[in-house]
Amino acid sequence: MSTAAAAEITPDLVSEHGLSAEEYERICAILEREPNLTELGVFSVMWSEHCSYKSSRVWLKDFPTEGPHVICGPGENAGVVDIGDGQAVIFKMESHNHPSFIEPYQGAATGVGGIMRDVFTMGARPVALMNALRFGRPEHEKTRHLVSGVVSGIGGYGNCVGVPTVGGEVNFDASYDGNILVNAMCVGLADTDKIFYAVAGGPGKPVIYVGSKTGRDGIHGATMASAEFDDSSDEKRPTVQVGDPFTEKLLIEACLELMAEDAIIGIQDMGAAGLTSSSVEMAGKSGVGIDLDLDHVPCREENMTAYEMLLSESQERMLMVLRPGREDVARKIFEKWDLDFAVIGETTDTGRLVVRHQGRIEADMPVQAVSNEAPQYRRPWNEPARPEPLGPDEVPAPASASAALKSLIGSAHLCSRRWVWEQYDHMVMADTVVRPGGDAGVVRVHGTRKALAITTDVTPRYVGADPFEGGKQAVAEAWRNLTASGARPLAITDCLNFGNPERPEIMGQFVGAVKGMSEACETLKFPVVSGNVSFYNETNGQGILPTPAVGGVGLIDDVATRATAGFKPEDETLLLVGAEHGHLGQSLYARALCDITHGAPPPVDLATERGNGDFVRQLITDGTVNTVHDCSDGGLYVAVAEMALASGRGADIQPGESGLVDHAVLFGEDQARYVIACPADKADEILSNAGESGVTVRIVGSVGGARLTVDGQDPISLEELRTAHEEWLPRYMSGG
Amino acid sequence: MKATVIVFPGSNCDRDVAVSLEQATGRPPEMLWHGSSEVPSTDLIVLPGGFSYGDYLRCGAMAAHSPVMRDVVDKAKSGTRVLGICNGFQILTESGLLPGVLMQNMSLKYVCRDVHVRVERTDTDFTRQYGNGGVLRIPVAHHEGNYNADEETLDRLEDEGRVAFRYCTPDGELDRDANPNGSARNIAGIYNEDGTVLGLMPHPERLADPQLGGTDGKALFSSLAEALQ
Repeated sequence: MSTAAAAEITPDLVSEHGLSAEEYERICAILEREPNLTELGVFSVMWSEHCSYKSSRVWLKDFPTEGPHVICGPGENAGVVDIGDGQAVIFKMESHNHPSFIEPYQGAATGVGGIMRDVFTMGARPVALMNALRFGRPEHEKTRHLVSGVVSGIGGYGNCVGVPTVGGEVNFDASYDGNILVNAMCVGLADTDKIFYAVAGGPGKPVIYVGSKTGRDGIHGATMASAEFDDSSDEKRPTVQVGDPFTEKLLIEACLELMAEDAIIGIQDMGAAGLTSSSVEMAGKSGVGIDLDLDHVPCREENMTAYEMLLSESQERMLMVLRPGREDVARKIFEKWDLDFAVIGETTDTGRLVVRHQGRIEADMPVQAVSNEAPQYRRPWNEPARPEPLGPDEVPAPASASAALKSLIGSAHLCSRRWVWEQYDHMVMADTVVRPGGDAGVVRVHGTRKALAITTDVTPRYVGADPFEGGKQAVAEAWRNLTASGARPLAITDCLNFGNPERPEIMGQFVGAVKGMSEACETLKFPVVSGNVSFYNETNGQGILPTPAVGGVGLIDDVATRATAGFKPEDETLLLVGAEHGHLGQSLYARALCDITHGAPPPVDLATERGNGDFVRQLITDGTVNTVHDCSDGGLYVAVAEMALASGRGADIQPGESGLVDHAVLFGEDQARYVIACPADKADEILSNAGESGVTVRIVGSVGGARLTVDGQDPISLEELRTAHEEWLPRYMSGG
Repeated sequence: MKATVIVFPGSNCDRDVAVSLEQATGRPPEMLWHGSSEVPSTDLIVLPGGFSYGDYLRCGAMAAHSPVMRDVVDKAKSGTRVLGICNGFQILTESGLLPGVLMQNMSLKYVCRDVHVRVERTDTDFTRQYGNGGVLRIPVAHHEGNYNADEETLDRLEDEGRVAFRYCTPDGELDRDANPNGSARNIAGIYNEDGTVLGLMPHPERLADPQLGGTDGKALFSSLAEALQ
């Protein structure tokens, strides 16, 4: 065949494309000849770890993905869950780790842009953004620069598009020194009868390109995200894409306007691997072929080759298959929004992807093989060793519990993230009822009484110590945070960030975490509806802490009946829901203050988790309580302190009669626990109902004053706590 | 009152302000695409917040040259009330309907949070329902809200009573810490000479509903509804 890409395919070239010798042989067998350079490029991205999930797929199929409300689980651009009244919530989380380390502003910004496209591609208007960020230790020379760039990149994109960023997580740990994690989540709303999928229908349909023009940016982004970093990684900066949130905003409005017409058969955003993956995936799902004529692709650079056009990851582009004859309706809408619109091909009955450029055939390959026959690896893995539990007595008591509290709450781990979220527009769309900083962000379903609660969670130090328990805990904590807001947890999306899967110990972490997550999803009826895997978060052989981030979404039926963490009236009684075991292994207290890094993380008893959570949610929905906070990092003492700081009211804590040492009661990180505040005259009734339901609840203190007091410990003023809590991050970021 | 919200490419608070207007007046405002050459007869024109044209040249600069703006300027000059919020305020200064400029925040960072502002006058169509004035809690969300003008202009604005709102402490004190962006003389919003055009950086439409945590923004819309009924 005649081709411009006549370069000789050498073993080096194959390896530069991230393909193994065996994979190359398989490609030759599929094509029944050697590929040309363009075809090699297409295989390299489609079979990259990032696009093909070749190391993870065999394990991911164990995730529970179904439930009575699930309309669409994993495999589409995003998960879809029914929320009643003909409406659906559509959401997904995705990583943009590698580009964000290399170019933090654009890397993070395009992460936000990409995840929004995954959601509006399905017909949803994006209504909320979240993110989960992990940075290296604060003392590391790059950390400040990365925090600053990532935060302004996320804000720069989301703020301009006009979708509120309602919360997230920020952690610091030395394991992320060379590989930060930027996981962005988007939640959107659609009508259940107007959901769009990445399909091509049958043959003979026009294939349309809309959005921005194609440039040379991001070529091989997906391949980069499928390899480790080394000391020369900064040289990969040209593979990072550049975002244009203004065009994204126009694209959202134009797509939603067109979706209201009866014109679209299928639609897919051009994300990783751009034009290649969007066209191959749509054709692959519908069992058709696709002919593309690259002469019609709008380009912003001159003399782009077919290879470059197919692999470009230029942002803010979508591919659609339209009903024949509806092109003019669509064109008019995109022209109104000043966006490019081009018919670049059509679907065929050949089952092949045929790409033409300047009169030559540049690629001719079977769609099914490219999209569905990527190699699947059951990579070797080692069962992680399960550490022994750490007894409360093995962890020393603090000289002063309140001083320990102050140093935890004023540390990088637990300080206020206000410096971060004040740079995000978290109120645009005027439906944000719970702003960042609480257990979950809450946005109203516009024009209804309903609201969505959204959270992102994982505790990497737990997963590092015991991937299985840590995986369970990540799901349980998300479920708990939604419950604490008064929401019925619906489903999760995930972003599984790990090191190099070719190392058996890393694969062992992955397998353990996925098994733990699956068990928790099953018991909590909290299915996985979308997600993404990011491997190779490693530099020079040093992997990150395993970080399976969970994005949970819950539904509040009546926005007036919900709970927040801040105390409300004085003199309410504080109750602790959940049993106290004083578990200090992998607690922040043991690790950050006592430098004890061994020991098992807190075990998660899923049946108890569910029973306690259902009990708390019932108290919220029947109007008995509206002050609830989950008890997690830092334990009971930190939970109460956060409730106090959120309200400006103090509290008194009674350590109780558990027989545990005080610091285990105060700082232990036992799971399945909540702190709630109720009117004093309702406490007895709650205790007796709890007894009947088999839920452990005890009175743990009372609300009031301007200090935190604990029987037998020094009191501490809220003022002093607040200063410590608020000052760490701004001081750090200003170089102090 | 009949209100018209101009929608520019990149506007993103158009729906939010439409909700507040409908709550105040009982009827939805007209949403008018920026490409129109004329604003149909209306009592109030609203330039909403957002990032018109991506704020790529200078905030509001390109929107000020949108086709519809010629008629907006003409109508403003003949007395139609005009309200510009955030990006809308920037468009008003760029189109010459209000003096001064909105520069980058002193912090060089985007800022989104509740601030307090003092209502400087309660005898205008925009503020008549704010009783004796007092202090409002209302959100800001911007990267370029640092109002400035030459000293002579600032003096004139003050002498003519054209400062609409000033950033202040919850007790109404004007101090530097209460100023989220470094604006000259803590100015958060100003009027034109006739008091018929108002530009302000804070977003009254974001706190006009108790579920959102406050209602201090609501009276601005009900003032207009009452004045222009």
